[in-house]
Amino acid sequence: MEVAQETLTAPAAKEAVELSGSQALLDALIIEGVDTIFGYPGGAIMPIYDALYDYKEKLNHILVRHEQGGIHAGQGYARTSGKVGVVFATSGPGATNLVTGLADAQIDSTPLVCITGQVFAHLLGTDAFQETDVINITTPVTKWNYQVTDATEIPEVIAKAFYIAKSGRPGPVLIDITKNAQIQKFDYKGYTKCDHIRSYRPKPIVRPQYIKEAAELINSAKKPFIIWGQGVILGSAEQEFKAFVEKSGIPSAWTILGAGAIPTDHPLNVGMLGMHGNYGPNVLTNECDVLIAIGMRFDDRVTGRLDKYAKQAKVVHLDIDPAEIDKNVKSTVPVWGDCKETLPLLTALVEGKEHTEWVKLFNEYTQKEYDAVIHAELNPTSPEMTMGEVIKQLNELTKGDAVIVTDVGQHQMVACRYANLNKTRSNVTSGGLGTMGFALPAAIGAKFGAQERDVIAIIGDGGFQMTLQELGTIMQTGIDVKIIILNNKFLGMVRQWQELFNERRYSFVDIQSPDFVAVAAAYGIKGKMIDDRKDLQSALKEMMENKGSFLLEVMVTKENNVFPMVPQGCSVAEIRLK
Amino acid sequence: MEDQIEKQEFNITVYTENQIGLLNRIAIIFTRRKINIDSLNTSPSEIESIHRFNIVITESEDVVRKLTRQIEKQVEVLKVYYHTNDDVIWQEMALYKVSTDVIAERVSVERLLRENGARVVTLRKDYTVFETTGHREETDNLISILQPYGLIEFVRSARVAIIKDSEGFNSKLRDFERLEPGEEVIENEYLNKGEKVFTM
Repeated sequence: MEVAQETLTAPAAKEAVELSGSQALLDALIIEGVDTIFGYPGGAIMPIYDALYDYKEKLNHILVRHEQGGIHAGQGYARTSGKVGVVFATSGPGATNLVTGLADAQIDSTPLVCITGQVFAHLLGTDAFQETDVINITTPVTKWNYQVTDATEIPEVIAKAFYIAKSGRPGPVLIDITKNAQIQKFDYKGYTKCDHIRSYRPKPIVRPQYIKEAAELINSAKKPFIIWGQGVILGSAEQEFKAFVEKSGIPSAWTILGAGAIPTDHPLNVGMLGMHGNYGPNVLTNECDVLIAIGMRFDDRVTGRLDKYAKQAKVVHLDIDPAEIDKNVKSTVPVWGDCKETLPLLTALVEGKEHTEWVKLFNEYTQKEYDAVIHAELNPTSPEMTMGEVIKQLNELTKGDAVIVTDVGQHQMVACRYANLNKTRSNVTSGGLGTMGFALPAAIGAKFGAQERDVIAIIGDGGFQMTLQELGTIMQTGIDVKIIILNNKFLGMVRQWQELFNERRYSFVDIQSPDFVAVAAAYGIKGKMIDDRKDLQSALKEMMENKGSFLLEVMVTKENNVFPMVPQGCSVAEIRLK
Repeated sequence: MEDQIEKQEFNITVYTENQIGLLNRIAIIFTRRKINIDSLNTSPSEIESIHRFNIVITESEDVVRKLTRQIEKQVEVLKVYYHTNDDVIWQEMALYKVSTDVIAERVSVERLLRENGARVVTLRKDYTVFETTGHREETDNLISILQPYGLIEFVRSARVAIIKDSEGFNSKLRDFERLEPGEEVIENEYLNKGEKVFTM
């Protein structure tokens, strides 16, 4: 690779300066625009941490309490900021603790660069202390990974890492650096960002023929339906998407990772897709004549039973990743490419329309769902509170402007269904992998990525106990994260399935919790527990107005179920309201 | 299942950079779907620094197409093609070690070589090594012939396959090295056959 013309460490110098591998790494991070690192030190990454001591002014290192917390924080940061999340961990257990987060980032297309320390190169393969084969362990869960054993490789490899992580369909990259390479001094000739790898095609070329065919299909449609995913957000194509939706007048529904790309209250936003999505979007998927999928991958939680999914429809699929086209649902017209480029081309060719009757049909389904499910969830008459009413009250305080970070389970589905989102990059959740324990550390990272915004983590009593040690990170950094624990004293989603499909055989879902408010207090975080509806509004207000983090535990109905629901193995049209 | 009926041997050709760990990255794309790799050959191609994999699996075309896209998605993979056996010329090489005494005494070596298209690689006092190249049945055939005479050791290579209808990779590679390459290198060949692939 060509050497750099400029470097921060060697200003305007064309000749080399002697740096250690660790210094070269940190220099590279600064040139890549990194401001925040989530990490945890250890033996095999000590030289990097030693170098970091001199970079404290430029790089804000957040000491987490567990490497899994570090990587989820990196994910949260990436999701709200749109930048690459950077994570440091040591070898062996430090690196293996990253695996869940890598898998999560891989399936949810989150750009990360993870740096792991590794034992000295001469010890590789000898079962040295804290040696683990990180490259092979992480190969299935990274977009790219590479082991550096010589410091001279560092500038080029880091440049590739950032380019690969953020270009095309983003994803996690792991760079494993042996200790000798971290220490090794070499002639550093500066850093050049990477913008081309000959074997790597991040963006397929846009084919005008497909745009034309797609536009013709859409223009001829009587009942077109748009379903969008995170691709719109990852491609920063929210404006282009909105323009397309508004000109075409087509009702549009979202996958949970696509939530917020256009505001919740947009008249053509007809709601959420999938297993616990809205009634209309699911049923009418099987009635539309042209299905326009944008930046989404037809996950099984979205499609339900595949052989009964939208069989009547012609499918237009816009995606940047060729491997997604026809993977689950056959497309009639594949529109390859970055939707930031393809959407305006398509918008130019589609006719301006208003599908009044068709949109009205969606609204009728919304009304049916409201009568059967939503009204009772948001305005319960039972003495116990529901998760839905908590979200409804929260909406009134946030006005839809907060970042909502959710964990995994019933509370996640309820929060995604009912939270108002006015802005893009407002919804941070573990969609593909369904990682319990994601929300608390992700919320910390989300706040670092969007410091001007309110960040609210909504977590179940089960998931919170998986990563609650990150309260220590909140304590030490003083970051302002609001935490709502929706406590139903159960592992609620599994319990719901056991109730519906296993004859109420509640097998190990009855989970006990500590006094969460006391736990928060031990970390110096204010908190409150409420179990009476009359306190809900004031407690939420107190939480939002509190300077600094706050933990609010809300006791909710023990055996509430999330509806509607598409049972596994059923088609989206067989969605149940109760 | 319909898929079962459609299963046949496919030859997957992968052009890649020469990168440590890439073999594993490619192999796990098969193993995560619990697909057995029948044969795997990897070797430097005619182009310096580019490697060529020949992978043989038995699957339906639909699955093979998805696999090739997932392989081509890997950062260090340049290009992936898949072909049926009819679309390629393929060969496997086999080596057979037998006792020289036995074979000299009991077999008409000359006839054996001639009839099986085999040749002698090594002739020593204690053992002889034959070599033959061909399809699986041909190399299998020589095993059964030599078995009665005490076949000491046998080894067969992976399959190598040449694509009948191809113009080679040299010209494409130049395109890859450009920042804005032409359309045809971006996507798999079969995408150009739009109507064949993207029907409902």
